[in-house]
Amino acid sequence: MLFHSLGKYILLLKAVFRRPEKWNIYRKEIFKEMDSIGVGSLGIIAIISVFLGAVTTVQTAFQLVSDLIPKSVIGGIVRDSSILELSPTISAIVLAGKVGSSVASQIGTMRVTEQIDALEIMGINSPGYLILPKIIGAVTTIPLLVIISIGLSIMGGYLAGTASGATTSQDFITGLTTDFNPFTFTVSMVKAVIFAFIITSVSAYQGFYTNGGALEVGQSSTRAVVISCIMILFADYVIAQLLL
Amino acid sequence: MISVSNINKTFGENHVLRGISAEFKDGVCNLIIGGSGSGKTTLLKCMVGLHAPEIGSVLYDGRDFTRMNFEERIEIRQEIGMLFQGSALFDSLNVEDNIMFPLNMFTQKRRKEKLEQANFCLERVNLAGKNKLFPAELSGGMKKRVGIARAIAMNPKYLFVDEPNSGLDPKTSIVIDELIKELTEEYNSTTVVVTHDMNSVMGIGENIIFLHQGQKWWEGSNKEIAHTDNDELNDFVFASKFMEAARGKL
Repeated sequence: MLFHSLGKYILLLKAVFRRPEKWNIYRKEIFKEMDSIGVGSLGIIAIISVFLGAVTTVQTAFQLVSDLIPKSVIGGIVRDSSILELSPTISAIVLAGKVGSSVASQIGTMRVTEQIDALEIMGINSPGYLILPKIIGAVTTIPLLVIISIGLSIMGGYLAGTASGATTSQDFITGLTTDFNPFTFTVSMVKAVIFAFIITSVSAYQGFYTNGGALEVGQSSTRAVVISCIMILFADYVIAQLLL
Repeated sequence: MISVSNINKTFGENHVLRGISAEFKDGVCNLIIGGSGSGKTTLLKCMVGLHAPEIGSVLYDGRDFTRMNFEERIEIRQEIGMLFQGSALFDSLNVEDNIMFPLNMFTQKRRKEKLEQANFCLERVNLAGKNKLFPAELSGGMKKRVGIARAIAMNPKYLFVDEPNSGLDPKTSIVIDELIKELTEEYNSTTVVVTHDMNSVMGIGENIIFLHQGQKWWEGSNKEIAHTDNDELNDFVFASKFMEAARGKL
């Protein structure tokens, strides 16, 4: 069963990356998806990022009970946690819920209302037309969202730290600017691109092979979110193991 | 002309089509009729390539569609127009963009020319001026007519229509049937209509194929259908009280 699904997923991806019928139509769709996935998710990503940074600062300060450890460490921990894990992974999980469910239900509805059949009849490569713009839209905008998320998370940490007295402004900035390893940012971007691909391709797969009616569209959407989240966490571990 | 030869299709244990062979003529409305589950829509989907038959072939003017790969099929598919049972209009596009969609994909025409073609198709289905409405704003009959307008946008050689009258009132059904007949004659297209509506059968059924339990049970015209000694066909044709009452007059 697992191998059957994996085979179908790979065959679907093969069809997705077939040469497009007309690039300018695809280009329009890509921009539409970039707007929908990127701009449309900016609000939720901004809100969660600020709170992620704030919570990391407060909890790190709570755990730093030794006087031997300088308070500036908090800034460094918030920076590295945000770059390496919180911003790419938590953002991806939130986006799996928001974008993944939307992709699966959109394509699933098209399947059950015969809109995909209509594309096929016209001679259009339906996986390419429906899924490729979503994948390109996601892999280009989600890394940008992660960069914004990193910035906002650090800002949230700074505000929470200084407002609560857990750290001073100077300590936080000192920690933030000390011992920065730029490779962590590369790892973060690799994660963002791979997570974006997982979210869109897994959700599109679930939607594309929906059978039945409205009930099954809902089930596909739920499955898309669950499987995307599991795949994201699995990929997160593999990337960390391979790159760090 | 479309020829199907020895089409067999199964879904798991369910043998839906059993060796169906038939010819669908140019310039006339070819109807596939039969009760629910008789295999009408499956045959139609095998003909347009949405289902792959296990055995058998579909020939479009001698071109074997079943043996072609995706790229080879594109040429034939551009000659096909299809109206789906639920119209299958793209929800995110308005009426005009729905009709222009195949033109955008497969022609190098300028926007003005494509718009003229879309307006011509809309006029042809009596929906002139409805360009900017979205599918959600249309009635069932209007959706069908937009579906037909989209199907004829590329001047198809082959027109497929799946249950054109499902969910429509009798008056609108007649309008849709007449439109299909007019377009068939106008474009001299090979039109294949799947229906179980007896009004359509009597109105536009110039060449009728009756399916029963996945097999071709009878073939003829609407003039012959009321005078056969085929029990299964008579059960189907005269199932309604209206048709039974009209039996002597047919």
